[in-house]
Amino acid sequence: MQPHLLTVLTFLPLLGVPALLFLRSEDHTWIKRIALAVSLAEFVISLFLIRGFVTANPGYQFEEIHPWIGSAIRYHMGVDGISLFLVILTTFLVPISILASWQGIHEKVKGFFIALLVIETAMIGVFVSLDLFLFFVFWELTLIPMYFLIGIWGHDRRIYAAVKFILYTMFGSILMLVAILWLYNVSGSVQFASTFDFPELQARLHAGVMHLPPNTEMLLFCAFFLAFAIKVPLFPLHTWLPDAHTEAPTAGSVILAGVMLKLGTYGILRFCLPLFPDAAHRAAPVIAVLAIIGIVYGALVATVQTDLKRLVAYTSVSHLGYVVLGIFAFSTISIQGAIYQMLNHGVSTGALFLGVGMLYDRRHTFEIKQFGGLATPMPVLMAFFLFACLSSLALPLLNGFVGEFLILIGVFERHHAWASWAASGAVLSAIYLLWAYQRVALGEVTVEKNKTLPDASTRERVILVTMALVILFMGVASPLFTRRMEPATNVLLEQMTGRAQNANRPAPPATSAERTSVPAGAATFKTEAARVRP
Amino acid sequence: MQISAEQLANLYRLAPEIILCATGILIMVLDPFVGPARQRALGYFALAGTIAALFTIRLAAIDPGLAYSGLIRADAFSVFVHVVVIGAAAIAILGSYEYLDDEGLQRGEYYALVLFATAGMGILAGANELVTAFIGLEMSSISTYILAGFRRRALESNEASLKYFLLGSFATAFFLYGIAMTYGATGTTRIDAIQAAFQITPPAGLAILGLGLMFVGLGFKVVAAPFQIYAPDVYQGSPTPVTALLASAPKVATFAVMVRIFYVAFGTSSDLWFWAVWVSAVLTMCIGNFAALVQTNVKRMLAYSSIAHAGYILVAFAAATDLGVAAILFYLASYALMKIGAFLVLSHLGQQGEKRLEIQDYGGLGSKQPVLAACFALFLLSLLGLPATGGFLGKFFAFQAALDSRVVWLVVIAAINSVIGAYYYLRVIVAMYFWEPSKDYVPTPVAASLATALAVCAVGTLYLGILPGRVLSLARAAADSLTVR
Repeated sequence: MQPHLLTVLTFLPLLGVPALLFLRSEDHTWIKRIALAVSLAEFVISLFLIRGFVTANPGYQFEEIHPWIGSAIRYHMGVDGISLFLVILTTFLVPISILASWQGIHEKVKGFFIALLVIETAMIGVFVSLDLFLFFVFWELTLIPMYFLIGIWGHDRRIYAAVKFILYTMFGSILMLVAILWLYNVSGSVQFASTFDFPELQARLHAGVMHLPPNTEMLLFCAFFLAFAIKVPLFPLHTWLPDAHTEAPTAGSVILAGVMLKLGTYGILRFCLPLFPDAAHRAAPVIAVLAIIGIVYGALVATVQTDLKRLVAYTSVSHLGYVVLGIFAFSTISIQGAIYQMLNHGVSTGALFLGVGMLYDRRHTFEIKQFGGLATPMPVLMAFFLFACLSSLALPLLNGFVGEFLILIGVFERHHAWASWAASGAVLSAIYLLWAYQRVALGEVTVEKNKTLPDASTRERVILVTMALVILFMGVASPLFTRRMEPATNVLLEQMTGRAQNANRPAPPATSAERTSVPAGAATFKTEAARVRP
Repeated sequence: MQISAEQLANLYRLAPEIILCATGILIMVLDPFVGPARQRALGYFALAGTIAALFTIRLAAIDPGLAYSGLIRADAFSVFVHVVVIGAAAIAILGSYEYLDDEGLQRGEYYALVLFATAGMGILAGANELVTAFIGLEMSSISTYILAGFRRRALESNEASLKYFLLGSFATAFFLYGIAMTYGATGTTRIDAIQAAFQITPPAGLAILGLGLMFVGLGFKVVAAPFQIYAPDVYQGSPTPVTALLASAPKVATFAVMVRIFYVAFGTSSDLWFWAVWVSAVLTMCIGNFAALVQTNVKRMLAYSSIAHAGYILVAFAAATDLGVAAILFYLASYALMKIGAFLVLSHLGQQGEKRLEIQDYGGLGSKQPVLAACFALFLLSLLGLPATGGFLGKFFAFQAALDSRVVWLVVIAAINSVIGAYYYLRVIVAMYFWEPSKDYVPTPVAASLATALAVCAVGTLYLGILPGRVLSLARAAADSLTVR
């Protein structure tokens, strides 16, 4: 299985779809069981990635390359330290979301779980694709199942939210498509044929075989960055997010916050920085300011929300601001922090949304006013909710602290001002989360109905305990993660500074030069180049 | 009787058209002898004719070359277009049975007209001479004028037919006038001879005028702005299976002849027509998409969407390279499949008298007829350009070709347009899946023939989206065959 591990991982959830299709629509129990089984199997298989992953190797591992369309588009997959844990985050959160939807979904149950499995395939595909075309295919495919998840199983304003979500993201990605094609066209030269292959492009840019004029580079960077920034979402492109999050069903919110937002930050890290380092450096001040505005603005807006789910949604704007800031500080520590924060945000915000979803299952409302003193009727649920809040506001020993701390250290080394502004977000997050917790859980039970609410069921306890353990584990065992991220991060930064500072110096041997596929591929491309390009 | 090798070659290079016409004539002859209840048998016969024609294209593919002293040119390009056009006709015929039964229009002449129109389009695809192209254009046009009015008792169908006829006659007249001008300038109507003439003296005066006039005539047929005015009314008024044919096959054939005239005959000076195509492409996309945004009638919306798609194809056309031609061909193939599929779904959903075509009629279709709704959603998503469907790769190759020729802004405009387009395609999906089922809708079972047609379209759309390699290499070979001589 080892050589095809990534293919298996990507398409295994899709194999669950026909299995579900053959079940009767009314057979809810088995639909859920099979969906859960598939996603758990997926999770177990994804753990083999960690087992086989060579920590010291900064390049891509578990690579698969097959020709696909013509000679320029290849089925090329691989993971490195940046994408490894994002894949595992995905495979971890999907079974959790399936378990969380065990009771809440009553209509079109089959379609719901099919959508979840399809979206898992698409998301993993995004993280492991190393061919720009393949990447774009998966990138766009994530939209449709999420669109249905929000539109069919969402709350009151679901249709508005679904359409807003999909149009926003499509607008960003279509310009990225144009940029991908442009990059393809300029990647060719007399010796080399044009290619969509990402490591190949990286190697060519690094070796100076392929050169982008500054203005072109800036335009391409903007086109890529816009697509990713909408997804993140970076202020002021975030307006789709509160709607989508609030209207989505619990599982949809968990997936959306937990993984789909990371597609944006991952894209920035994977593609924007290595492909367009000079433009990234030039744009960094603007982007950092936007990220800081996002951190503070997201936090302030979250504070004044009266809707609990919307509040959690706005925390994403704030937390993802940290990630973007960390990336654009261009230091090893801050970028590692950013990657770590992506994972943290997935787990912590996921846990918050799960808690909010459990409240909704009981009361069918997100209004904070409708709650109050809930710790009395449901001590266990509220204890875990507090735990998730603390993790999200970065309490030391919990996961959020590690990420935020690394980011702030890294940023502080570069720009004191950025770091001090960003640090204010940490204070604000304590305010809005603890205040929200206080209004929901502490004090007297204000609404009569709430007095008799049942505490967490066994299923819910399983979910909450799992999340809490992961939060704790990531808080105390962070070196296990950062150790594996470090080589890839270092190479990324080396390449960036190498090109930004010495555009004319003979390039050091590219990391991709040892890739056996490149010379062979380049040779076959030559003839193709002569044929295709007039 | 002795048949020389050349005569034989003439015959098999024109075999698809001969078979189509012969089948059509036979149907007309048999029509009176077949009782009204058994007219459907003629439909099966017509289908058999198209399939036979599809097989005979192979002959031209094996031995390409000129036929009838250079009037017809059977090359990989013409073979590709033939397959798309005749395939489209076959699917449309297969999808018509149910509709014609429901509407009480089951008549032999319907099939005969479809076959004649297809033969005309085949001639267009293979024409190496402008007057021959004109004959092909007229053959396909006149047949489709009648087909558009086939629901004789429906007012809008009559309107469609008359409007199409009046404006279409004008357009073909323009085309003919353009031929005359070109003949005046070069002394020949053969496309290869015109190309040779322009290589010696670049086109000027009369020839440019001729080019402009031909652009008007052909632009009308491919529904390029500003000649698109008729299309929404005609597409909406025509019987839906006819619309399926109308929106796909003539466009394919006319784009083929446009490639031959603009890219081959006038190819040495593509700067001449570049800006005309550029402006027309922008107008076509914008008009099509913005007008489609406000439609509530799904059939009319899809009519505007075909205008928009003509615009995307013009983007590839503006590339003016072999890569662009290959992109056009790939686009046309995937476009034909998804468009026919979408209109055929409508032909079923419209129910008797085409009453249910408003968007609110499709509320909750996803839970009432899941398979049909899934097919419709697939075609709409492909029209929208979602990856893993043929529509996406069509756009992808078109943009790629245009960018390769450094036509950057046109591609950016096209890209933004395709997002605008997403809104109205998604609206139908919203209705089908997100709305409560409409109470008064009683689903009718889909006939096996229509189901087969839809399955072919759906599988084809996915095939082109996931494994486009084979068709793409055929399209590239077709584009190469235009210029390699």
